[in-house]
Amino acid sequence: MILENLKTGEGTSLGIDIGSTTAKIVVIENGSVIYERYERHFSQVRQKALEMIQEIRPLLEGKTFSAAISGSAGLGVAKAADVLFVQEVFAEGEIVKQAEPDTNVVVELGGEDAKVIFFKGGLDERMNGSCAGGTGAFIDQMATLLNVTTQELDELSLKSRQLYPIASRCGVFAKTDIQPLLNQGAAKADIAASIYQAVVNQTIAGLAQGRRIDGKVMFLGGPLYYCKGLRRRFVETLQLTEENAVFPAYALYAVAIGAAVYAAREQKMTDYETLVARLEASANQPRETTVSEPLFASKEEYEAFAARHAKATVRQVSADGYTGKAWLGIDCGSTTTKVVLINENNEIIYQYYCSSQGSPVEIVRDQLKEIYRMCGVSITLAGSAVTGYGEDLIRHAFHVDDGLVETMAHFTAARHFNPKVDFILDIGGQDIKCFRVHNDSIDSIMLNEACSSGCGSFIETFAKSMGYDVETFSKLGLFAKAPVDLGSRCTVFMNSSVKQAQKDGASIEDISAGLSMSIVKNAIYKVIRAPSADDLGQQIVVQGGTFLNDAVLRSFERVLGRDVIRPEIAGLMGAFGAALYARAQSERRGTPSQIITREALEHFTHKSTAAKCNGCENHCSLTINIFPGGERYISGNRCEKALGAQGRVEELPNLHEFKRARIEALQPGEAVRGTIGLPLALGMYEQIPLWHTFFTRLGYRVEISGFSNRELYSKGQYSIPSDTACYPAKIMHGHMETLIEKGVDAIFYPCLTYNVDEKISDNHYNCPVVAYYSELLRGNMESLQHVNFLSPYLNLNNTGELAKEMHRYLKKYLCDIPLSQVRAAAEAGMQAYHAWMEDICREGQRAIEWARENGKRILILAGRPYHIDPEISHGIDKLCTSLGFVTITEDSIAMQPDPVRVHVLNQWTYHARLYNAAQYAAEHDDTELVQLVSFGCGIDAITTDEVREILESHNKLYTQIKIDEITNLGAVRIRLRSLLGALEERGMQHGRTSDKRG
Amino acid sequence: MAGHPTNAAKEAERVIFTKEMKQTHTILVPTMLPVHFKLLIKIFETYGYKVELLENKGKPVRDKGLKYVHNDTCYPAQLVIGQMIDALESGKYDRNKVALLITQTGGGCRASNYIHLLRKAMKKAGYGDIPVISFNVAGLEKNPGFQVSLPMIMQLLHAVLYGDLFMLIGNQCRPYELHPGDTDKLIDTWVQKLCRQLSHGRHTKKMVQENYRAILNDFAAIPRSKEKKVRVGIVGEIFVKFSPLGNNDLEQFLLSEGAEPVMPGLMDFLLMKLYDKVVEFKMYRLHPAKAAGAKIIYDVMLKRQLEYIEAIKSHGVFDAPTPFERIKALRHGLISMGVKMGEGWLLPAEMLELVESGVKNIVCAQPFGCLPNHIVGKGMMKPIKEMHPDVNIVAIDYDMGATAINQENRIKLMLANARGRL
Repeated sequence: MILENLKTGEGTSLGIDIGSTTAKIVVIENGSVIYERYERHFSQVRQKALEMIQEIRPLLEGKTFSAAISGSAGLGVAKAADVLFVQEVFAEGEIVKQAEPDTNVVVELGGEDAKVIFFKGGLDERMNGSCAGGTGAFIDQMATLLNVTTQELDELSLKSRQLYPIASRCGVFAKTDIQPLLNQGAAKADIAASIYQAVVNQTIAGLAQGRRIDGKVMFLGGPLYYCKGLRRRFVETLQLTEENAVFPAYALYAVAIGAAVYAAREQKMTDYETLVARLEASANQPRETTVSEPLFASKEEYEAFAARHAKATVRQVSADGYTGKAWLGIDCGSTTTKVVLINENNEIIYQYYCSSQGSPVEIVRDQLKEIYRMCGVSITLAGSAVTGYGEDLIRHAFHVDDGLVETMAHFTAARHFNPKVDFILDIGGQDIKCFRVHNDSIDSIMLNEACSSGCGSFIETFAKSMGYDVETFSKLGLFAKAPVDLGSRCTVFMNSSVKQAQKDGASIEDISAGLSMSIVKNAIYKVIRAPSADDLGQQIVVQGGTFLNDAVLRSFERVLGRDVIRPEIAGLMGAFGAALYARAQSERRGTPSQIITREALEHFTHKSTAAKCNGCENHCSLTINIFPGGERYISGNRCEKALGAQGRVEELPNLHEFKRARIEALQPGEAVRGTIGLPLALGMYEQIPLWHTFFTRLGYRVEISGFSNRELYSKGQYSIPSDTACYPAKIMHGHMETLIEKGVDAIFYPCLTYNVDEKISDNHYNCPVVAYYSELLRGNMESLQHVNFLSPYLNLNNTGELAKEMHRYLKKYLCDIPLSQVRAAAEAGMQAYHAWMEDICREGQRAIEWARENGKRILILAGRPYHIDPEISHGIDKLCTSLGFVTITEDSIAMQPDPVRVHVLNQWTYHARLYNAAQYAAEHDDTELVQLVSFGCGIDAITTDEVREILESHNKLYTQIKIDEITNLGAVRIRLRSLLGALEERGMQHGRTSDKRG
Repeated sequence: MAGHPTNAAKEAERVIFTKEMKQTHTILVPTMLPVHFKLLIKIFETYGYKVELLENKGKPVRDKGLKYVHNDTCYPAQLVIGQMIDALESGKYDRNKVALLITQTGGGCRASNYIHLLRKAMKKAGYGDIPVISFNVAGLEKNPGFQVSLPMIMQLLHAVLYGDLFMLIGNQCRPYELHPGDTDKLIDTWVQKLCRQLSHGRHTKKMVQENYRAILNDFAAIPRSKEKKVRVGIVGEIFVKFSPLGNNDLEQFLLSEGAEPVMPGLMDFLLMKLYDKVVEFKMYRLHPAKAAGAKIIYDVMLKRQLEYIEAIKSHGVFDAPTPFERIKALRHGLISMGVKMGEGWLLPAEMLELVESGVKNIVCAQPFGCLPNHIVGKGMMKPIKEMHPDVNIVAIDYDMGATAINQENRIKLMLANARGRL
């Protein structure tokens, strides 16, 4: 018996808990649990509930008993069947209070929900917000990605040696982090443990929100019951002793038992026949979910559609009997590996498509063996090229002749297919890529941001979780009568939309069709953001494995209201493009292919180990791949330092680096009056010369918290109240903790509604987060209660008033300093600030001149002052210089005599600079702009469109990079290389070797 | 380098709502507070405008929002713009004789940019020639054909207070009415009556007082049960807080769960925005003349609010709201008045006001990723709970992708706890 001595009194009571993926049922008799059962419901919520009750007919028949339903998917059932409903966290709290009264905190992870209940010091129950990714479902999804069962994942995790940082916010982010690790050959055991750690971090950061999880902690729910590795990560992270970490035998059933206890108390009685009759009736009730038109009205309509698309083919011929040259294209994508071999007529003589089973190197090795076997003596491998996430790794491993960025590969393929193509949309396993083609070159590239990827592999995981393979699942949707409207945001939201649909009793068919529609809407509205088909183009080619799914293709045409072309080889286009590219390159060079020989392939080995680079403050996690003959390939690095001296390239001017060096050079003065701490985050990044000078002048030793890093962030993670705020804000908590540790007399971070008026905009606000974060810190950081935290409201545009206010404020909270002294300090501070800003402009000018003298491209890596932080921007500036760009900041170029005119209210100081910087890039052929956007920055939803418009109105490319806690530099590299590729292509189109220098 | 057009040029590009248009054009107004807005519109009509309140909702509105507005922009912008474009596309209006009206708050929050996002969206949808009127108190954009005079402002104030009154006592009656529908029927009757009155020109102080009394008497006469119900306060970002379109009919949901919604009025928000001019002068010595002007109107508004509160108090049947000056005082020790963006300091002050009037359960509603609410909403929950350990606050995010079930589940959890304490 899993639990007894419950205070339910005499009699029988039934508790049902219907969660997002499973249903649980318990029967309690005279205070003891006499029956329990746990089953996946595969979205058949009502039928499953009914079945499970019918199974225990002998236990219930002939009795009068009380019953209650609980759980996130249980509400609809309860309503429809008129059974008592109890909120699941409430139910769980009830049971814990009875069974384990000295529990301090309960942590429960379910299929998609995470909950933390605090019992001591005021009952407080928290559930994951709409952004926090699922947990059980997340683990399932990650296991699929690693191609192991959840049980194997757990076993693997126990053997880990090292933890990699994996984003803890939502599943999609995590996936983006895991994929490169896999591609780089990191050990599965380490990845498995890191996945669990991500779940732990998410629970702590997302739910505890400033309250510490300590004392006696009880862990409930499926994942925590089954996954030993997850338990271990929780216990270690929370530093729990053995007696304080409780893993009860009824972990799976706490909610169901709670529901039964609640039912017993409420005494709403029923009997077996009534209950079953009501549930049966409920299964036939009308639905409330919003539904869309069916994809196809009839079988005939589908057949016409299929016939139209069947015309879009590429000739595929047998290799038998062919003698001559062949070119190899490999597309080592995020979730799939594709290989294509073409003959002299550009016909496909060999093709291969499979899910990457975690190790792309092995797949490609086997494929090469196969190709060599097939080629025999009559076919010569004349050239080879590789594209995709695994490009570098595969290229090094097998000495592939050429590498190209995947956008260029897809373009090459699409153009071969339809020379007039003007828009390409590729939806792959986890990325959406699309680009417009203008004047025969790529005009603008859009990639999905980390929050909305998921795409193809999402359907796959979903299909599996419902017990189908992806093909069957998708086909089900084709003739769905009432597709469910599931929204168009990230997959996490879709999960809960599905939950809602399940609640309303939607069928698998309707959900499948709904998912296809969501993916399409995601691509069109979220990534491309096009209001109509005309905004995309006339000749649209769609490709990528996801479009092989007819339901997705149909939804796309439906939403656009236009027919598109889907090549039959939609899933192979990257590899096909690479093969064409290989051919062009090898014919241009006229030399034989350098690819690994048949003999060498026989002895090919591959080993990988993990290491950490200590070259700079980024401390990149490196993966060192070792190939035959001791040849090494290092991945995971942002810059060339990890590669040692031989890999070093010339150092190009980098304004980000310049600004950092200036900050690092600041010296703390003498502590005559005491010490003041300045957190180097948000607005302080720019105001540091002002406040450093001000306080040094007044006789304070100024301690700066320094640049951010992961450890600093985790230090403050516990007190973040809003997990959807931007990373630059959240990292502020760590800076405060750092200063507190340093033992300063006071910490200073002012509240500034208005920033400095630079006369380039209509108004000069700060964003609400930069302006008022002090208020949040004061209210949420317990450690601040013992520190003198100074956060006056100031106006920086009137030095006299500024001095008066600082004098008044310091007198009240710190020290009575004569006004004359404060005024002198304020004036000196403002002077230092302006001199600093001028220096940046001057240095920017120098960098531009240097670039022009040396024939280098200039890149404005634009963002906010705090984007120079190595942890916030993840060293993207270094990546830019390593790709050959002279890199400058937006503020170094923003002071243009005529401010640019924009279509929005230009009312923020930082953002006005962006517009001017964009205008500069728009007017100079040798200057590009890449905009860094922090995830969660609401204001950038406005600025990005404007910046894009400024650039595109001058025929320039717009590139946006979204950054967060963890950013996959691989994806950033693709964007920057695509930009470079497009620039080169344009240069060639226009008969220039490179852009003309302005 | 080509010279850039100046801001004056940008201003010229805007489609102006001319004096002539006042006669010919119908102004479409998005819904936020159904009852308030009906009365407000009546006043505009009295002053010669043709105005229509948009009541279209549901999937088409959401779809248009998604289609024409940046998906990372706040949810209210997506809904409001979606509603307007959906209305234009409905074919109900002569596109040459229609204009749109949208409020512009003019603060550091991105909400000040709604009007520009609306214009962008209209351009994309092919309606770039339709005038968009900014309704603002910050003096941002002006239109010769749309001018709000001082007497009109006073009339509008009355309408706001009437609206607040219906919302206040409506919420106190509806959960307890013995005949379902009584309260809403009475509100309808009164709105019609008031509309007639308002269209007859001047609305004197005496008339207002008489109306207050008559309204209170009529509502007090609704047969109600004495049952004790959980009272749930609603605070949040202004649109999502008030608009049923924005908050998935939150009031209705609370009612269906057997709770009594308590919604702080619109007047406090207007007072806060107006008083901010005074704060800016006190704190930063900015715009003395504006501050002085604002103070005069503020004092008048404050007086009207006090009369309104007094009317409810002296009538004695319903719980009266808290005067603004008291709400202002409540924020001491929690947050500075310098926090002005979005709902600013008022939001946490309203939570404290609710607690003070015995409402211990609070829903804090905001659009997903709302910037000011990181600070004034979610950022203030912990300190407020420390001041009042018995208070139960739940933050609910609203956006296109969030489903009602997640939101409702969290509210249900709050209610389950609250019932345990009743």
